[in-house]
Amino acid sequence: MMALALDLLSWIFLLAGAAFLLIGAIGVLRFPDFYTRLHAVSVCDTMGAGLVLIGLMLQGGLSLVTVKLLLIFYFMMFTCPTAVHALAQAALQGKLKPVVEDRES
Amino acid sequence: MYITVSVVILVAIAIGLVRAFRGPTLYDRVMAVNMIGTLTVLMVAVLGFMTGRPEFLDIALVYVLISFVSTIAVLRVVNTSNDTTEDSKQ
Amino acid sequence: MEHFIDIVLLGLLMITGFAIVRLRSLLAVTMLTSIYSLLSAALFVVLDAVDVALTEAAIGAGISTILMLATIAQTTDREKVPRHTPLLPLIVVITTGAALIYGTLDMPHYGDPDAPVHRHMAAAYLHDTPLEIGVPNVVTSVLASYRGYDTLGEVTVIFTAGIGVLVLLGYHTRRQNIQPPGIKKIVVLRVIAKLFLPLILLFALYILLHGDYGPGGGFQAGVIFATGFVLYALAFGLGNAQRLIPQRLLHSLAAAGVLIYAAVGIEVMLLGGKFLEYRVLADDPVTGQHLGIMLIELGVGITVAAVMLIIYFGFVSRQSSGDS
Repeated sequence: MMALALDLLSWIFLLAGAAFLLIGAIGVLRFPDFYTRLHAVSVCDTMGAGLVLIGLMLQGGLSLVTVKLLLIFYFMMFTCPTAVHALAQAALQGKLKPVVEDRES
Repeated sequence: MYITVSVVILVAIAIGLVRAFRGPTLYDRVMAVNMIGTLTVLMVAVLGFMTGRPEFLDIALVYVLISFVSTIAVLRVVNTSNDTTEDSKQ
Repeated sequence: MEHFIDIVLLGLLMITGFAIVRLRSLLAVTMLTSIYSLLSAALFVVLDAVDVALTEAAIGAGISTILMLATIAQTTDREKVPRHTPLLPLIVVITTGAALIYGTLDMPHYGDPDAPVHRHMAAAYLHDTPLEIGVPNVVTSVLASYRGYDTLGEVTVIFTAGIGVLVLLGYHTRRQNIQPPGIKKIVVLRVIAKLFLPLILLFALYILLHGDYGPGGGFQAGVIFATGFVLYALAFGLGNAQRLIPQRLLHSLAAAGVLIYAAVGIEVMLLGGKFLEYRVLADDPVTGQHLGIMLIELGVGITVAAVMLIIYFGFVSRQSSGDS
């Protein structure tokens, strides 16, 4: 019973993660300019990746595999936001203007 | 189930490739590389579970670290060259 | 199912290849080659070639992207538009490709158990490794023990490449700390780099020592080790990185690695074995093999890490001296 519940929970996490990955990817394709696309990438990197990894951890149970997944999770939660932050900084310094909709007109 | 997840990841990689080809700015390409890096890590992890060989996770760990360093390396070079919006002119 | 993933990945690789040919901005091409490496590494994982995938990840997506970027930073990032017609090269390429495809017709099918490669050497390696060497990862046993000569040659080639770069580019030690150009507000990056540098180095050691049991070994570990220091140089500037590992130390380390490797071989000869026949290193042949593999992997790792850093510093220090 417990095993079934864990299995079910892990599948829910995996599918939710996959859904977030897809949503993020569609955002990367469809959003109008670079800065908005960065938001979509962040969805992929944090929510999508995180949920998929949690789902895999539940499948792995208490073992070395889970420890490694935890390490990947930890690394990803640090590196991906840093990379996105550095990208936004670089783009801003490279004089890339965000597309701003003019509300007044 | 793993199959569903890996197909979704493949689709997302394909979409990331489209963004990498289109650009228009170099930053978009760097972003696409970063995203494909993340997706490859997930792909390797899921494949490891699918084929029942979890020692694949070492590779995923290497990817996380390496793709971070190479993204930073790109950003150190990019702003020295002025034509960051090269392909939008074509 | 795995065939499906194979085919999709191969298709994506092909598309990436075409895009690389089409693009003229070399920085964009570098980005695409990085994607190409990531995809082919994923393909290697699907094909169960774990060690190759690890190497492709560390070298293809990591250090070679970094070195290509360092080269572009010194030269130009636009490809010259060729003036001659592409007709003749196209004919040559198509003929060669057709000849290669014709050659594959005689090859055994993919995964054929009766293929010659599975019946002679590979079968012997698979059968003898648990008995003679006792290492779960057969790739490591072939690389480090059965084919120790080849690997010694490879390490020497890497060492020679390092010397070549030194002779061509020279080295400039920076007294004052020159920041690489590019992003300027990098507090976040520095904090993360400080946090991650020890982890990357620790992980490189894990890959080095765990090579007997899982994917990994000296080559990959050396590259990951070097990548850690490249991250330090990117975050804290080249001068600080060169103070951290002085150039003279790198020169000695690059030589020391090859020397350790060859010294193990000679030590074995003094103990009465043949060159690189590790089993005489200890009373128990299997323990001796373990010890020998560990030592030579250490030598490989040291040389690879030192040479990668020599090449990186050689490129980057030249670039900042040109600016000033």
